Amino acid sequence: MTATSTSPGNHADRTPGGPKRRRRDLGGLTGRIGAMSVLVILTVYFVVPVYFLLVSSTKSQGDFASTFGLWFSHLHFSANIRTLFTTQDGIFGRWAANSLIYAGGGAVIGTFLSALTGYALAKFRFRGRDFLFSVVLGGVLVPSATLALPLFLMFSAVHQVNTYWAVILPSVVNPFGVFLARVFASAAVPDELLEAARIDGAGEFRIFWQVSLRLLTPGLVTIFLFQFIGIWNNFFLPMVMLQSQDLYPITLGLFNWNASVSQQPDLQQSVITGSFVSIVPLIALFLLLQRFWRTGLSAGAIK
Amino acid sequence: MTSLTSNAAVPAREPGRAKRSRSRSGPRAGSIAAFLLPFFVLFTLFYIAPILYALVQSFEKIQRSGGQYGTLSTVFGGTTQYSAVLSNPDFWASLGRVGLFGIVQVPVMLFLSLLIALLLDSRLIRFKAFFRLTAFLPYAVPGLIAAIMWSFLYHPQLSPIVRTLDDLGLHVDFLSESSVLWSIANISTWLWTGYNMLIIHSALQAIPQDIYEAARLDGAGDIAIALRIKVPIVLPSILLATVFSIIGTLQLYSEPSVLAQVAPSVSTTFTPNMMTYGIASGGNHQQAAAMSVVIAVATFVLSFGFMKITNRKTDA
Repeated sequence: MTATSTSPGNHADRTPGGPKRRRRDLGGLTGRIGAMSVLVILTVYFVVPVYFLLVSSTKSQGDFASTFGLWFSHLHFSANIRTLFTTQDGIFGRWAANSLIYAGGGAVIGTFLSALTGYALAKFRFRGRDFLFSVVLGGVLVPSATLALPLFLMFSAVHQVNTYWAVILPSVVNPFGVFLARVFASAAVPDELLEAARIDGAGEFRIFWQVSLRLLTPGLVTIFLFQFIGIWNNFFLPMVMLQSQDLYPITLGLFNWNASVSQQPDLQQSVITGSFVSIVPLIALFLLLQRFWRTGLSAGAIK
Repeated sequence: MTSLTSNAAVPAREPGRAKRSRSRSGPRAGSIAAFLLPFFVLFTLFYIAPILYALVQSFEKIQRSGGQYGTLSTVFGGTTQYSAVLSNPDFWASLGRVGLFGIVQVPVMLFLSLLIALLLDSRLIRFKAFFRLTAFLPYAVPGLIAAIMWSFLYHPQLSPIVRTLDDLGLHVDFLSESSVLWSIANISTWLWTGYNMLIIHSALQAIPQDIYEAARLDGAGDIAIALRIKVPIVLPSILLATVFSIIGTLQLYSEPSVLAQVAPSVSTTFTPNMMTYGIASGGNHQQAAAMSVVIAVATFVLSFGFMKITNRKTDA
């Protein structure tokens, strides 16, 4: 991020080059205006749908259908929230809690496993290491939806479909997280430090827990965040695994509400408000953890 | 990608010393296993086992023994399911649909990602942090919610976009038979442009600045630097993003399923995955398994084929 701030220096260096050279540069006013316009247009494209959702969540059902979608009408937000959380005995709150359990639980366990495995693959020397790593890389390329249907049959063979575990256990396994953890570990944990700790007589697990995990923190926050988002956004696996509405995550619940809007038009406003409510924590999480995931990404994730 | 190869060089360094220090204080086999086992046990259970299970199942069929009221049993079916899948015109139509989708949507999206990344890396832009954040905002929106949101923006009566265009005299139907595929492509583009931009952008930031200084001294302008230095250096990141996008395209499910709720033009066999799910919920798990295997093989062939072709090109 800081690298770009050195550019004013380049600017000064360039002046001896004379006007001929400058013509090929975009540093001039037209170049700046052009570049800014492109970005402003794209920003409008990225932001308007979310803004539309925000505006719509403040409207009553009637206003939503009759007033212009990109501007506010009579504020109806708190009533919408009340309706959202009381419809069908407040099942939306339950879905939100489920999403938190699936995404939070799955990502915490998954990140820890990724850290253990990626660290071992980066820092320990043993036979078969390269083979194990290529197995993990192969796993990255396996589309998760391919696994969902056979997983359903496997879980039904042991009578575990339609349970929390049916969603959490498969979500815990994150080959991409292992890949990232290995990259982070080889960049952030110096071998000399491990040698020193070993000479002091510390066990491997204690070294990992007290020394390496601390060095890996920015990378692990990145893994956690991406896995959390991945599970929160996953829709196919819960749809395949869960029958009872009480176990649904938000995505699946809203999908079902949206499907029944034609029979129950009143649900439409709750679909909108619910959609808005469900993205707020994710955006907040991203803003709060910005420092971590940015360093995490640039620390060499996908260099 | 490059970091993979550089890591591989680590164990080769001073093998003699490594051996000695291992015998003295390196980790024992027991503790190495303790680090690796938890993940690989779960990986075997929830990744490898389902793949094997699907493979086995795809070669089975359900048979009724003893006439019309006989009992059902699962027997070896050879390639029955595969020939059923491969001779199904709907399946080919769905593959063709996502193929067309991918050929258009993936390049458009990655071009936008690259453009934004290059602009954010240039000297032309202010408020970089703001632009980076807004481009990344859609990534925090679940695909399903994005699809619901856009389905309102496509809706002939409810959409402010349709209404504005109507006022301007342009009558568009985002959900018609001919346009709905591109309306879905727009949702994917909206969702993933920022994420791919961030991947490319972090690769750009890793380029040492003195390369640019040298190029400038040689008289290269901004555009020349972007096209001849930056793009070739970040090409591996772009290729990685392409592979992930190809995988994602073949897996399309939630966006078309949501649009199907408002657009009759989205059939239940619109994408390969919708079709697979439909067959599985109809009870024919063997055929659904065969279809999953075909889709997975197609995914592997495409992503590896793509990597092979581009590797050869960049080597030359």
